[in-house]
Amino acid sequence: MEYDIAIIGAGISGAAIARELSKYSVKTILIEKNPSVSMGTTKANSGIIHGGYAAKNGTNKARFNVASLPLFEKVCNDLNVSYSKIGSFVVALEKDQIEKLYELKENGLKNGIKDFKIIEDPKKILKMEPNLNPNVCGVLYCPGAAIISPYELCINFVENAIINGLRFLPDSEVIEIKKEDKFKIIIRSGIEIKSNIVINAAGLYADKISSLVGLDYFKITPRKGEYVLFDKNVMKINHILFPVPTKISKGIVVSPTVSNNFFVGPNAKNIDDKEDISCTLDGLKEVIEGGKKLIPNLPLRDAITVFAGLRAVSNNNDFIIEQTEIDGFINVAGIQSPGLSSCLGIAVYVVDILKNIGINLRLKTDFIPTLDKPPHFAYLSPKDKDELIKKDENYGRVICRCETITEAEIRAAINSPLPARTLDDIKFRTRAGMGRCQGGFCTSRIISILCDELGKNPTEITKHGKGSELVIGTTKHLRRDTK
Amino acid sequence: MSEIVDSKIITCIGCPKGCQVKVSKFKNGNIEAEGYSCKHGKEYAIQEYIDPRRILTTTIIVKNGILPLIPVRSNQPLPKNKLFECMKEIANIKVPAPIKMGDVLIKNILGLNVDIIASRDLESKIN
Amino acid sequence: MKTYITDIAIIGGGPAGLAAAISAYENGVNVLLIERDFELGGILPQCIHNGFGLGIFDEELTGPEFAQRYINKVMEYKIPIMLNTMVLEIRPNKNILAVNKNEGAILVKPKAIILAMGCRERTRGNIRIPGTRPAGIYTAGLAQRLVNIEGLMPGKKFVILGSGDIGMIMARRLTLEGAEVKAVIEILPYTSGLIRNKVQCLDDFGIPLLLQHTIIEIKGKDRVESVVVSKVDENWEPIKGSEKSFECDTLLLSVGLIPENELSKTAGVELDPKTRGPIINNYFQTNVEGIFACGNVLHVNDLVDNVASEGTLTGEIAAKFIKKIIKIDKNFVQLLCGRNIGYVLPQKVNKTAFKNSVRFYMRVKKPENNVYINFKVNDKLIYKKFERFARPSEMLIIDLPKQDILIDNNILIEVIPKEKKSEN
Repeated sequence: MEYDIAIIGAGISGAAIARELSKYSVKTILIEKNPSVSMGTTKANSGIIHGGYAAKNGTNKARFNVASLPLFEKVCNDLNVSYSKIGSFVVALEKDQIEKLYELKENGLKNGIKDFKIIEDPKKILKMEPNLNPNVCGVLYCPGAAIISPYELCINFVENAIINGLRFLPDSEVIEIKKEDKFKIIIRSGIEIKSNIVINAAGLYADKISSLVGLDYFKITPRKGEYVLFDKNVMKINHILFPVPTKISKGIVVSPTVSNNFFVGPNAKNIDDKEDISCTLDGLKEVIEGGKKLIPNLPLRDAITVFAGLRAVSNNNDFIIEQTEIDGFINVAGIQSPGLSSCLGIAVYVVDILKNIGINLRLKTDFIPTLDKPPHFAYLSPKDKDELIKKDENYGRVICRCETITEAEIRAAINSPLPARTLDDIKFRTRAGMGRCQGGFCTSRIISILCDELGKNPTEITKHGKGSELVIGTTKHLRRDTK
Repeated sequence: MSEIVDSKIITCIGCPKGCQVKVSKFKNGNIEAEGYSCKHGKEYAIQEYIDPRRILTTTIIVKNGILPLIPVRSNQPLPKNKLFECMKEIANIKVPAPIKMGDVLIKNILGLNVDIIASRDLESKIN
Repeated sequence: MKTYITDIAIIGGGPAGLAAAISAYENGVNVLLIERDFELGGILPQCIHNGFGLGIFDEELTGPEFAQRYINKVMEYKIPIMLNTMVLEIRPNKNILAVNKNEGAILVKPKAIILAMGCRERTRGNIRIPGTRPAGIYTAGLAQRLVNIEGLMPGKKFVILGSGDIGMIMARRLTLEGAEVKAVIEILPYTSGLIRNKVQCLDDFGIPLLLQHTIIEIKGKDRVESVVVSKVDENWEPIKGSEKSFECDTLLLSVGLIPENELSKTAGVELDPKTRGPIINNYFQTNVEGIFACGNVLHVNDLVDNVASEGTLTGEIAAKFIKKIIKIDKNFVQLLCGRNIGYVLPQKVNKTAFKNSVRFYMRVKKPENNVYINFKVNDKLIYKKFERFARPSEMLIIDLPKQDILIDNNILIEVIPKEKKSEN
């Protein structure tokens, strides 16, 4: 297989770059070791588009965050991605933290952000955010900050890129890269891919991929963040709420999500194991304690799930986005927070790098900028629901009762340009199983639909790929074999 | 009064109360119970002491039914130590739909004079 | 959009809804029963074990048999039913929006509604168990559906967290089907399910029950590989150094049930934070006039017989309400939970109701033996009942008999040990 450009890693950075490149007449392949896109850092992420004041002026973080901000609205509109500019608060709970708010504001002004202000009237603040800690002394209010679904953005980037000619290769771990006249990329399965350009967007493993071509100049450390997610309709949180930040982290946040839930988290702990996304007893305690500082009446019994994600932190603590000593090998590494907020700017910049090194990038005339998605049945008016069911009766069967996801939406996900094949795929594509019962109702029904569409047996259906099979056999099989 | 040679505390499972019934065996062979609060409790405890039995509830594979399994039960309690043997017997059987509640699906299982009967109606699949 | 007009719409075709439908029909009104699954019975078709029906039929039935008796009655009466139909919204004006494949979106306009949606299971997230998130973690009810309805075995080696009834029943069920249940783990010092289930589901098969223990970590990347279990202190905090690991491929959770009231909320029905079900008066009526509730949507019952009898009563009341045989007075006194009372239903009582007896459902917070359940008004004892065992797993039902006392103030219910004097 021969390509002009190979992108390694289908997280938010690789996906954004793939979609940006799909505007041009180049043959691109996106290589991913997991069965689906968005399965690493992007999956377990705060889903916040930061206002641009926090990243230190002069860093890549600040540069790309600010560069991306004006682009989100259009991209989300085009790609049918849930996005909501709800604004953020940095919350000072003590008088001496107010000074810090002014420092942040100063930094924000340097970064070129204008649309924000400091509010020091607790009454006014509490009116805007009634469940906030009543000891609040002041907030830095940034109306431009937004919430987004990070995995929806990632999935839709790739689906749109596929429509525009991208080749997506899942289940493909890169184990070797040889530089000959072209790069020869060897996949664990034995497949070989030739490409003129390699873009390393391998997230936590970007250092490993880079070292495959002998470039060992940076190291990626996983920094774990744990989260607790709460049910919808139990407490109204209006803004993204940050505590006053510390040196290593923006602190434990309380934020609504685009699906009307809200979460607390993440904490920040450097670890060694790049696969360790387990939640810990102490970590969850820390998250809850942190959340209670902002929202004292955290409705703990309405927590619906806990999860952890790993940020890919480089040793210079900034994004590394550059053409390397090896011609045509581009690193996009160390994309930790605000990585999601920066993905659009990063993608545009990577295209600029390619142009600068002489790659002939010609805009396609037939590029399709938009992505059609099946309508979200849950949000339609009764009349529209009725009409939709008359067109496709599968909209008339609700499979996920918590999120009101229909059979039609699940079948559409399985038949989309980026076909859902696992239970988690269905969950991240449609939200079925993400609600308060966490799949208690829909799991067995989704297994049947997957079997039907894919022509498989239930024992072959997995949660997230090989090894995560959901059932082991039929009810009678164990007893039949006994003596 | 004869001398007690053996006694055992049995938790009655007849209803949710869970009475603790003491069953005693006397030298003369008599078996008596105390601590029960109804006649079912007395009967259960003595039976449990002499010959523990259980109703077996499980499922049988159905051919051509609207569901792959039919829930079934034993029409009488079975000796406790025969439960696994019955399960194996049942695991190797398939019954055709339609089925009506109470239909005998296995007659005299393992020669124990107990039948396995259907717990519900089950229609056949319309092909 | 297709519109249906009926006297009473019942949401949920489980035991509460079935019983309510039959009883409302027998009281001479039109009924429409709406069920989201492809058949009636609610959770009962998957509860294939016996132990049902002693209260109502005076014989021991399995879940499917119990359901079948009610279903047969509904069929005999030709009560209109809508299967495969999901209610999406109940409006405060009692219009119901539902969908199904054949008819699209449907508007149902009843004179009264009976909520009978049952309950759902608490999940791993509700109790925030640390660890990884592999395949092989199931709520006990989902596992029960897989094993008994779908014919699929979720795993081979199990650990069960929580000694709720479904968890213990699944321990036996899985063992009978040839799986190995390594242990049942319970954080409380006593089982949270019925004692008879501990005896016939765990003891019978030698399945260890670890009281005052919990799971502090789930391990395994793709599929569950093991769980780490720890002893807990009286504050439920894990005790360091007491950890042990159980190798297993599946973890079942039987950690409680929550009344399913998302629809009730859309109708403006007020919920009780203690039961998480609607606040009702002694007519099973919620704060919204004409909306009634019964069964597990109201409070989690331990016996289906209670669920069905609540349904029967509610069906009758709702029918008489729309026929204007019953007029519901708007003045109520409140029921207050005193010492060791977890919750009480109904939460509000009509004074006039005391012309007849009123039935109260309650649960204690912690187990106590030999106690009086005292009913007090203005510190004056108006009724007391002796209970040999008062356990959180067993709902207490007390019929407060015909009283000559005028009740003008709130009623306090408390549990007082026999030897102790009433606390003030």
